[in-house]
Amino acid sequence: MTPESSRPVMHAADIARALTRISHEILESNKGPDDLVILGIPTRGVTLAQRVGALLADISGHSVPVGALDVTMYRDDLHRAPIRAPHPTDIPHGGVDGKTVVLVDDVLFSGRSIRAALDALNDIGRPAAVRLAILVDRGHRELPIRPDFVGKNLPSARTERVNVMLRENDGVDEVTIAS
Amino acid sequence: MRHLLDTKTLSRDDALRILDVAEDMRDTQSREVKKLPTLRGKTVVNLFFEDSTRTRISFEAAAKRLSADVINFSAKGSSVSKGESLQDTAQTLQAMGADAVVIRHGASGAPQTLATSGWISAGVVNAGDGTHEHPTQALLDAFTIRKRRFGDDSRARDLAGVKVTIVGDVLHSRVARSNVWLLTTLGAEVTLVAPPTLVPQDVSAWPVTIRYDLDEAIAAAPDAIMMLRIQLERMNAAYFPTEREYSRRWGLDAARLRALPEGSIIMHPGPMNRGLEISADAADSPRSTVLEQVSNGVSVRMAALYLLLAGERDTTFRQAQGPTEDSR
Repeated sequence: MTPESSRPVMHAADIARALTRISHEILESNKGPDDLVILGIPTRGVTLAQRVGALLADISGHSVPVGALDVTMYRDDLHRAPIRAPHPTDIPHGGVDGKTVVLVDDVLFSGRSIRAALDALNDIGRPAAVRLAILVDRGHRELPIRPDFVGKNLPSARTERVNVMLRENDGVDEVTIAS
Repeated sequence: MRHLLDTKTLSRDDALRILDVAEDMRDTQSREVKKLPTLRGKTVVNLFFEDSTRTRISFEAAAKRLSADVINFSAKGSSVSKGESLQDTAQTLQAMGADAVVIRHGASGAPQTLATSGWISAGVVNAGDGTHEHPTQALLDAFTIRKRRFGDDSRARDLAGVKVTIVGDVLHSRVARSNVWLLTTLGAEVTLVAPPTLVPQDVSAWPVTIRYDLDEAIAAAPDAIMMLRIQLERMNAAYFPTEREYSRRWGLDAARLRALPEGSIIMHPGPMNRGLEISADAADSPRSTVLEQVSNGVSVRMAALYLLLAGERDTTFRQAQGPTEDSR
């Protein structure tokens, strides 16, 4: 690959502020921490879900169940790409039935991962409501899906690549855009 | 992964990949809805030239849980009994649009022939060929050992240092062969125990220890002991004097069950000859993994079908469909 020009669009402090704001918004819209389940979409969505879960617990004083929802086996583009390894799904004890599930992912692009997540969730149980929290919304939706909680709206060209790096996964907190 | 033909040429990474995907598949089997949409629109043909119940229904369950369509083809009552060749049968399946063929055949090497002949573009899974290999059985055995040993912490682990003893008719057993290659690839130490007449001649080239005395092998404290079925249908020569004598010397009876070390597991690929190679005490003891092996078999076969079928296929047969622009 030829070296691409890459510029940062969010630094560690921006990411922390965005997650704190998202956590407050989640509590506000849910009128408190009751019946919330936070599910991250692997890989970085899970990391973000854990951070949001910790923030929700700090702010509200109640622990909120956090898990992981793998969507690999529900994707509509499996046969268009080399084989993807699935990730573990981890549904917190208590399940999702009757709960308000907040799906967390790093980047919202075509919306196809979220469609797959909704299908996956459907096979696990019947939540009372499903919300979507996203660190970076870069546009170019291909499906009628919109996020409820957004860290940053980032207008981008379809050909650009948005990279989210997180301390737990990549050693650094940063979002970059490369063309 | 294009085909799954044997475990002898399966790398450690590929083996662990199948086992780790099988972990994810197993997790989905405890959900309210067990069916995944992953292989919707794919067709899996079970092509069985030899009798089999559990392997066939295990593959069938695996394919159906992934939403693939399953066509069962057994040689009995089919055109094969009218003398159709493997080539013609394969080309018929190709014309029907099979995406994967799960084949069991009495001739060693039949799956290899099917995969390399150019007759079909489908992925080929060996479900047992002659006395050669039965790779998915070995994978489910390895999965079962790993799961009993490491529980929820199984992912990405191999079987380094695990002592596995395989007892019985090694000569005719494709299960034993597949297990020898896979378990040693994963780092396990494999011991074979059999009457001298049921030890293959080329065994000196295998990475295993051979013993002829089961009590000595049990005294060596194996972590897992795998009892092979005495394949009475293949016993066309006098391999041992009587079944009674076999049972006394190489069967897992109550006394040998007590002599096994604490925490060791008892495995059997099924179907069991109770009272011959395994006593009812051993088969029904909490150490027995016989039923876990069956349910793990579905997860492992789901993993194999997933890895074979879910990704992009690099086949020249499908180029007629044109570029892959989204047409939906």
